[in-house]
Amino acid sequence: MSIKKVLQRLGFLLLVIWAASTITFFIPRLSSRNPIRERFAELARTGGFSPADLEIIIAAYSAKFGIDRPLLEQYASYMGSIARFDLGISLHKYPKTVWELIMEALPWTIGLLLVTTILSFVIGNLLGAVAAWPRSPGWLRAFATPFVLLQGVPPVLLGVLLLFFIGFRLKLLPLGGAYSIGRVPQWDWPSFLDLLKHQILPAVSLIFGSMGAWVLSMRGMGVTIQGEDYVNFAEHKGLSGYTIFKDYYLRNALLPQVTGFALALGTVFTSAIVAEQIFSLPGVGSVLNDAIRANDFMVIYGIVLFITITVASLMVLVELIYPLLDPRIRH
Amino acid sequence: MKPVLQVLNLLVTYYTDAGRAKALDDVSLTLNAGEKLGLVGESGSGKSTMALAMMRMIKPPGRIEGGQVIVDGTELTKLSDEEMLKARLSKIAYIPQGAMNSLNPVLRIGRQMVDAIKAHDDEASRRTIEERCMEALESVDLKRSVFKMYPHELSGGMKQRVCIAIGILLNPKVIIADEPTSALDVVTQRQVMETIDRVQEQLGAAVILIGHDMGLMAQFVDKVAVMYAGRLAEVSIVRDMFTDPKHPYAQALIRSLPSLENKGVFQGIPGLAPSLLRIPSGCAFHPRCPYRMDVCTTVRPELETLSNGRQVACHLYTEGLTDAGANGIQERHQSVYARPAVKDIDNRT
Ligand SMILES: Nc1ncnc2c1ncn2[C@@H]1O[C@H](COP(=O)(O)OP(=O)(O)OP(=O)(O)O)[C@@H](O)[C@H]1O
Ligand code: SF4
Ligand SMILES: [Mg+2]
Repeated sequence: MSIKKVLQRLGFLLLVIWAASTITFFIPRLSSRNPIRERFAELARTGGFSPADLEIIIAAYSAKFGIDRPLLEQYASYMGSIARFDLGISLHKYPKTVWELIMEALPWTIGLLLVTTILSFVIGNLLGAVAAWPRSPGWLRAFATPFVLLQGVPPVLLGVLLLFFIGFRLKLLPLGGAYSIGRVPQWDWPSFLDLLKHQILPAVSLIFGSMGAWVLSMRGMGVTIQGEDYVNFAEHKGLSGYTIFKDYYLRNALLPQVTGFALALGTVFTSAIVAEQIFSLPGVGSVLNDAIRANDFMVIYGIVLFITITVASLMVLVELIYPLLDPRIRH
Repeated sequence: MKPVLQVLNLLVTYYTDAGRAKALDDVSLTLNAGEKLGLVGESGSGKSTMALAMMRMIKPPGRIEGGQVIVDGTELTKLSDEEMLKARLSKIAYIPQGAMNSLNPVLRIGRQMVDAIKAHDDEASRRTIEERCMEALESVDLKRSVFKMYPHELSGGMKQRVCIAIGILLNPKVIIADEPTSALDVVTQRQVMETIDRVQEQLGAAVILIGHDMGLMAQFVDKVAVMYAGRLAEVSIVRDMFTDPKHPYAQALIRSLPSLENKGVFQGIPGLAPSLLRIPSGCAFHPRCPYRMDVCTTVRPELETLSNGRQVACHLYTEGLTDAGANGIQERHQSVYARPAVKDIDNRT
């Protein structure tokens, strides 16, 4: 791929970032609601300070968040702060910044969602490839079928079912949360094992829920590729089955799957919202959920922006890597 | 001379949903070192099946159900699967039909050649392996730089040459090229054929050329074998085949070639090629044969060597008739092929 192509992609990415920031800037400001007023009105109901004080506090906060300035000026300073990774301050969890909230939650989401997405991709594609390979043993090929069937079950339902049977009825694994109640997490083995135990059900339901799609598409791809002339010729050359499988069959069958993987990355955060909810886990999805409930618009739009930029960047990254896998795209 | 390739009574059947297709029915063939054989026949007559059976590469639903393939004293049909892997390319090489797509698009040419050598010789050093590949490329008139290129950077003719270069990497005793020129323009066709010719001479290998183009074939092979419905109809040296074909199907094939005299008047072969699922009884060609006799519908003619050394599978030459007598019968029937019919044009092989 030429430098020009790379620059073009990066330019495109900047454009996406600009568009997303602009949208997240204007949408809340188009609404007639004043989140700061709502927030403090709520506090006033429970906390009990006088309406006069309330007006002063709101004015002070509006000044602090810059909501009282002209729109264009706000826009300029907003774009400036985004360039500095400053997504604003949470209204609900003041004085935490949105960036801090995201960074605290991100390891959880990456740990669960990104890892399961990758695992699901790797296992699913291997199973699909093996299932389509005529020389695989029969039991290995049969292995793929249940996962294809599982594909018909929505991941949410799968999660709930797993929770009910394995967590609730059999009591084999915890019902939710990141740690056992009462445990103070430390950097030691028991804490780590406890954490792992809490991640098993979510991980399994996420992997099983998404793997079938990979198995199915890879099996279809594999059937096509194994009939290709170059796979046959590889056999005529007397290559070992392993070499043919790995370098002549799998490598080619994987190409379209990589594009699919870029698209799957886009759904990581969407799945996070659901999965972290079902299994009461910390993460970006939970932060977003809390923010929506508390009408913490700074956090909502901050996360939306963060997700958009992350997903767009990942996709550009995959697109930049793809030519390394397929020489035909390289020029 | 000791034959380098012996095919004895080879039987291949495809078990399809529609029934059993006898794609190769008791085929025997002998080839000496340095000999070039052209294998011709209508589409579906079993040419590729024969080549694949020799490589032991018939895949389900197909099965080799009998016969022997002996290359250079080794009976391939008796080797273990492991040994057969080693025999491919080093004893017998197959350059597949459709060389356009026979190269892995994501690997460099060099890598695909190195893979082939490594599969047979894991002791050679990287340097010597690469040197062997480069030499093979040069011997098919390609630049050494092709080693570093990807298939999509090559023209069709170059890809075909790469396939030939891979085919000769391990000095096989028998090289089978399946329609090596079918997707190429006329000039490139000739060049590729000349390359095969030269490479074959250097190696002294026996070559089987599969193809439809009798004209091109005539210039490069020593012998021609005509296949019909999974059987050999006739095997003759090239001059005999073109001037005096014996088998009625071979005669029809030769007659259907355009020549200076019959330019513009195309002569097809009446009737359709039979389905392998329902091969006619007796001689498979009998429904289309103008010289059909009663015995033809019931008794299958075997490939016999006539007193003059010609090999033909036809009752005209074995039912107590001499070669001359058979020619007499045929002369009385000459008129059969004198009427070109428009509807026969599609039946061209
Ligand atoms: N995979 C398969 N499954 C079922 N039948 C097959 C299969 N491969 C070949 N056959 C049958 O075997 C017969 C011979 O096929 P083959 O490919 O050997 O013909 P061919 O002479 O090489 O034809 P062409 O000139 O078109 O390459 C065909 O008529 C076909 O019916
Ligand atoms: S055996 Fe009979 S039917 Fe067959 S080619 Fe000879 S004459 Fe024709
Ligand atoms: Mg063929």
